Amino acid sequence: MKVRILVSFKDSVLDPQGQTVKNALHTLGYGAVSEVRQGKVFEIDLEGVSRKDAESLVPEISRRVLANPIIEKFDWEILKGR
Amino acid sequence: MKFGVVQFPGSNCDFDAVHALKDVMKRPTVLLWHKDHDLQGVDCVVLPGGFSYGDYLRSGAIARFSPLMQEVKAFARDGGRVLGICNGFQILLELGLLPGAMLRNKNLKFLCQHVHIRIEDARTDFTRAGRRGQVLRIPIAHFDGNYYAPARTLAEIERNGQVVFRYCDADGAVTDEANVNGSLHGIAGIRNEAGNVLGLMPHPERAAEALLGSRDGRTIFESLIQSVEKRRPARRPAPAKKVRHDR
Repeated sequence: MKVRILVSFKDSVLDPQGQTVKNALHTLGYGAVSEVRQGKVFEIDLEGVSRKDAESLVPEISRRVLANPIIEKFDWEILKGR
Repeated sequence: MKFGVVQFPGSNCDFDAVHALKDVMKRPTVLLWHKDHDLQGVDCVVLPGGFSYGDYLRSGAIARFSPLMQEVKAFARDGGRVLGICNGFQILLELGLLPGAMLRNKNLKFLCQHVHIRIEDARTDFTRAGRRGQVLRIPIAHFDGNYYAPARTLAEIERNGQVVFRYCDADGAVTDEANVNGSLHGIAGIRNEAGNVLGLMPHPERAAEALLGSRDGRTIFESLIQSVEKRRPARRPAPAKKVRHDR
């Protein structure tokens, strides 16, 4: 099974990198861009893991390792497999 | 008093810390390898600056899981003194021994310069050789030193008096300009509630000799030495009973 995990800053946390990207886009004339949030993407292959197992395993490793729950949130989805 | 400096792959201030403690402060100091399980009976564990495990994922995020850090965690829980400098501070945050987290510096630049920090509380084991309001001139060198904590945590830290150092100007005024990395409340260093664990972004080991432009960093090491060797009880009500670690 292949899963994709997206880690990004919580809405309450300022994201200076996202802001800089937004400013650059404005400079290039993309005035429609009103907000940019930058994050990290992890694609993880899991072996011998059922969908049910993944539903507890992926949030666990996201909370413990991939994201710092004080400043970051995460979303995840299954890309491949059952 | 015996110091132990932890070495991770990617630590780069480990030998600076050993030099400051052993050659300048004249105290026995050992290097502790991150894969070991033995703290070798040290009285104080120093987590030095650098880029442990390349700072991949997040600063300090991987170092936190190394075998020796589990020992350091237990040592700290039993009242052992732990000093985290720069990357060491980041590791203590990731480990949960100190509250909060680090964000990228507000100007998105790696900052390498001398800064001034003000001692907010001179009753801690890390500042007792100084005085409240004293300004120390110590260098910083970091990318992620923008201290953040959720509003409730921040209020709690302030209420408990856990902010030990704030960025300030040469006269000791805490201003926005002096707060070079954008830390909330100008926080440069905090302690845990019990008072035996402290993390700070500036590098006291790089400011321990006049030859290097400042001796102000010695105040922190001198304080630690006093707290162990003079065994003078701190004036603040003693937290949990300090357990000595004689192995």
